[in-house]
Amino acid sequence: MTALQHVKLGTYYVVHLPEADDFDFWRERARALVQSDVPPDRIAWVEPGGSGDLFAHGERRMPVPPMDARPVRANRRFVSLAKNAILHSDPERFALLYRLLWRLQSNPRMMEDKADLDVRRVEELDKNVRRDSHKMHAFVRFRLVESEDEEVGEHYVAWFEPEHHILRANAGFFMRRFSNMRWSILTPRGSLHWDTETMSEGPPAERHDAPGGDPMEDLWRTYYASIFNPARLKIGAMLKEMPKKYWKNMPEASLIPDLIAGAQGREAKMVEKGALEFEERPDTLAAIDKAIHACRKCPIGQLDNHAVMGEGPQDAALMIVGEQPGDQEDQTGRPFVGPAGQLLDTHLEKVGIDRRAAYVTNAVKHFKYVQRGKRRLHQNPGAKEIDTCRWWIESERAIVKPKLVLAMGASAARGMLGKTVSISKVRGAPIPLEDGSELWVTAHPSYLLRLDGPAREEQARLFDADLAAVRARLEDQA
Amino acid sequence: MAAQTVLQKLEILADAAKYDASCASSGTAKKNSLGGKGIGSTEGMGICHAYAPDGRCISLLKILLTNHCVFDCHYCVNRKSSNVARARFTPQEVVDLTLAFYRRNYIEGLFLSSGIVKNSNHTMEQIVEVARILREEHDFRGYIHLKTIPEADAEIVHQAGLYADRVSINVELPTDSGLTRLAPDKDARQIEGAMGKVKADLVEAKDARKRFKHAPRFAPAGQSTQMIVGADAATDADIVGKASRLYDNFRLRRVYYSAFSPIPDASAVLPLKRPPLIREHRLYQSDWLMRFYGYKPADVMQATEADGNLPLDIDPKLAWALKFREAFPVDVNRASKEQLLRVPGLGVKAVGKILASRRHRALRLDDVALLTQSITKVRPFIVTVDWRPITLTDRADLRSLLAPKSEQLELFAA
Repeated sequence: MTALQHVKLGTYYVVHLPEADDFDFWRERARALVQSDVPPDRIAWVEPGGSGDLFAHGERRMPVPPMDARPVRANRRFVSLAKNAILHSDPERFALLYRLLWRLQSNPRMMEDKADLDVRRVEELDKNVRRDSHKMHAFVRFRLVESEDEEVGEHYVAWFEPEHHILRANAGFFMRRFSNMRWSILTPRGSLHWDTETMSEGPPAERHDAPGGDPMEDLWRTYYASIFNPARLKIGAMLKEMPKKYWKNMPEASLIPDLIAGAQGREAKMVEKGALEFEERPDTLAAIDKAIHACRKCPIGQLDNHAVMGEGPQDAALMIVGEQPGDQEDQTGRPFVGPAGQLLDTHLEKVGIDRRAAYVTNAVKHFKYVQRGKRRLHQNPGAKEIDTCRWWIESERAIVKPKLVLAMGASAARGMLGKTVSISKVRGAPIPLEDGSELWVTAHPSYLLRLDGPAREEQARLFDADLAAVRARLEDQA
Repeated sequence: MAAQTVLQKLEILADAAKYDASCASSGTAKKNSLGGKGIGSTEGMGICHAYAPDGRCISLLKILLTNHCVFDCHYCVNRKSSNVARARFTPQEVVDLTLAFYRRNYIEGLFLSSGIVKNSNHTMEQIVEVARILREEHDFRGYIHLKTIPEADAEIVHQAGLYADRVSINVELPTDSGLTRLAPDKDARQIEGAMGKVKADLVEAKDARKRFKHAPRFAPAGQSTQMIVGADAATDADIVGKASRLYDNFRLRRVYYSAFSPIPDASAVLPLKRPPLIREHRLYQSDWLMRFYGYKPADVMQATEADGNLPLDIDPKLAWALKFREAFPVDVNRASKEQLLRVPGLGVKAVGKILASRRHRALRLDDVALLTQSITKVRPFIVTVDWRPITLTDRADLRSLLAPKSEQLELFAA
């Protein structure tokens, strides 16, 4: 007796599944139906709560496969897809899977044919279910319920609305992750409860069964708002991964509209607060001279003073960099004309460096001072002010292109290096700069002016030694 | 000043961490809390628990232990000379926050970085202390990523690797000259030296586990690094070259690129404006091509334009294809996997589907359309049973036909 004769011609079968996600039940029935040679269009699969009206008169008894029926074949790929796809909420899933299983018997490698419409559909179901599971792992938000019973302790409860029948399938994930925590996940399709030892299932729940808030949520929202960088607003990318349907159960999502609305303002503020809007680098010394007079990028530029431009040949091999203009320099508009400048001239002459052949300038272009009565008292520039002014000294260097730079004092050295160095540690040897030139660092002549007696003699000797080394190096390079 | 609350500290120290691009929490050893005393699991795949409106995922509590710093790196908002608000967590506060967030399923774990306070060793010890409390006192089995400080002693960095799933050391800038200029307190040789040590520790721990089942794990998710793009003059070709040397020399899992972003209280040494975010995106695409599509760094460099940068209007794969038109069209029914992976618009998955399906049928254009995202993009470069592009790859205007329209408008407006 062949299988075909066994099945009564024109018989329809109705299979009622006990649970919407019961793969094993489906597999057992599907196997018997295939072995009894029942074609897909003769079976109605009905899940709990689903309608089976279409085949109201169908057979509810399963056919009995013949003794000699061939075993049903299904490869591993099919089984793993089917286990997941059966969790989908599409009522057609059971029929689709049966149709595939049916077709697999004559074409065992069909699952590889990705252009086949049935294969594509089941892969799509599988993908949707995997995505829903993944989002459940991600977007479940537990809230702490303090129990009055001390014995019971902390209990964490979450409300989640999965799109598919994934709750039971994902119990293991939460159990492995939160094994020493009492928790419950409530959903409209059922609930899960873990007491740190056993898992139990409960009936469907409603939203108000779950707690409405948690004291940690303020901290979490603070974190969420702070880690967001308003300079990189990408709303589409966010929505793609976190669709709005999940937002209502995520405490941080309530912030999103305001974060988006405020982003542009915050970015503008960040830029305004920070970014010093320098334009293109000036390409002539005259242009730099003009620009520094208009520069108000740091508080020094806002004092009542004038900018002082460097001076000397544009092709000088040596650039001498001081700290900033002093009172006299500010009044005359020329660098190194005050007491420190005169002392510098003396020492330069002594070691045989021609100041007129060097380009002499300052790390900071404006005079920083505090007013004491009629006197303007010199103030050291701050690290930030030096760094701001670095833009100008770099612009000068880009035009003059000196082979050697002599930085006098820690401020000048910072203007060249971007970091504060100890003069005593770095003096006496060249420091290579990124443009291939060399930096030599020495003390500032105003330092010598503040010393007396043997200390001054000792420092003057060191200063001369540094200048002599620079001169020797210049001659080497000439 | 009144003492700061944890909430105020969190606001400052999360804000300070938002410029760090890395977020991954995947690729580590599987572990769970069954049989333990605490909580936490890692199952290979990381989970993004939320997305911020900047499109970036939040999978870890990413914070700084402190944003006080003795260094003065110009691109960094926490540099010594910056005027930002400062805060400092105790290790216990970070531990409590991590556990409280983890219990509520907000995060996969912790990504802890820090400004350098007192000195590098002290800072590194504090970072390690957080991980130690989490792992030893709370038996926490979630993901931990620690940023290590290259200037710290190798022994302390080694400790970090024993507690963490991943350790990272930032190279900061793609060129040594950029580093000298913008991070004057840092030293390229020291950074690479530290990466080398971590690599040696990784290799040794792996070897030990082959022989002793209970040998301690060392950073099972490997090491990663980050470099800032657009703060110095480095071209995309420089950056790709640097990244590929780093992958080769230090067996990094990931190189992250972080487009230099405007920061409050910026230093004057920085460039005028931020680089377009799309540049960062193109670099990630090229990174992807090298990691999953078999492109060599030289291939990516060939895709750059005369200025050494990848085109912004089209992706690097299309840019390569347009330069090497002689490699196309490719017959989807005959071509090798390597050839198919070079076709613009065909991803790794689509290539897999084509290879599987063509054993069953001779693919037609409609079949390929079912297996790919966009047939329009693919069509000029393939041959199917019923389709052969005749002149398309020779057309001079092919680039403009394929470049996304909206971006053309942007370019036009510029």
